[in-house]
Amino acid sequence: MKFSILQFPASNCDQDAVHVLRNVLGQSARLVWHKESILGDPDAVIVPGGFSYGDYLRTGAIARFSPVIQAVKAFAEAGGLVLGICNGFQILCEAGLLPGALIRNRSLQFRCEHVFLKTLTGDSPFTNRIPDEKVIRIPVAHGEGCYFADAQTIEKLEENRQILWRYCTRDGQVAETASPNGSIGNIAGICNERRNVAGLMPHPERASETLLGSDDGRLIFESIVQWLEREAPAVAA
Amino acid sequence: MKAKIIVTPKKAVLDPQGKTVQNTLEHMGHSGIQAVHVGKYLEIELADGDKEAARKQLDEACHRFLSNPVIEDYYLEIE
Repeated sequence: MKFSILQFPASNCDQDAVHVLRNVLGQSARLVWHKESILGDPDAVIVPGGFSYGDYLRTGAIARFSPVIQAVKAFAEAGGLVLGICNGFQILCEAGLLPGALIRNRSLQFRCEHVFLKTLTGDSPFTNRIPDEKVIRIPVAHGEGCYFADAQTIEKLEENRQILWRYCTRDGQVAETASPNGSIGNIAGICNERRNVAGLMPHPERASETLLGSDDGRLIFESIVQWLEREAPAVAA
Repeated sequence: MKAKIIVTPKKAVLDPQGKTVQNTLEHMGHSGIQAVHVGKYLEIELADGDKEAARKQLDEACHRFLSNPVIEDYYLEIE
């Protein structure tokens, strides 16, 4: 499968994503500079982590106006798969591709540590390979990861099963103390109503090889690959 | 002309910065503080011209870019 990974000034997880997709999963992966308006005919797009445009004004606020994000919008509207990681999640929210916003961590601290995630549904291109009830261990590294949306939006997310991951304890309990940032409902990652665009604050690309302490993140990329292999031809037909 | 824009977190949104500043003010001995909200201030210098047209244009910019309506309110003044 062909992945396009976006690259903004101050992206810093772009190469990690390329490495995982290319060298760990054996997929085709290319970087696309933020000034490009053509994505290069990918099967899926990754909006990576970092501090695009120095986080000026608000995280992701400047990046959403870049030419490449206009191309991502068109790609998503056509049903293409888009995954935003950390700053990528913030950008997708600012761009209106995902609901809500990510604000300053409740602790005001930049949190850089491994966290545990409960996957709420396998029914998405981003979670279908994650075994039910498996608690995955992936690192976070952010200062603005507290997910916020109004009550009506949260209700809709729950109703449509758009919440993909919540922060939890080692044994899968969704407790407020397990959240690194104070997100509403311990939300770590969501998808859009159509289920083709998703974002999460934790970094699966930093946990895709056992050498790095956990390879649970790999399940998310494998989910995308499996979905593309199994589902995409059926959709096209 | 000059536009002055104040962006503040919406009341319903957590404002840990405001809360921390409030705690510190209380530690310093300031009493009677009920709440602190930390926001942003932007000053935009404009060529002289139609004030209403400038307001309309900046209103749109505030809504689309300078603030995020999901989490923030803004106040715009042109002088």
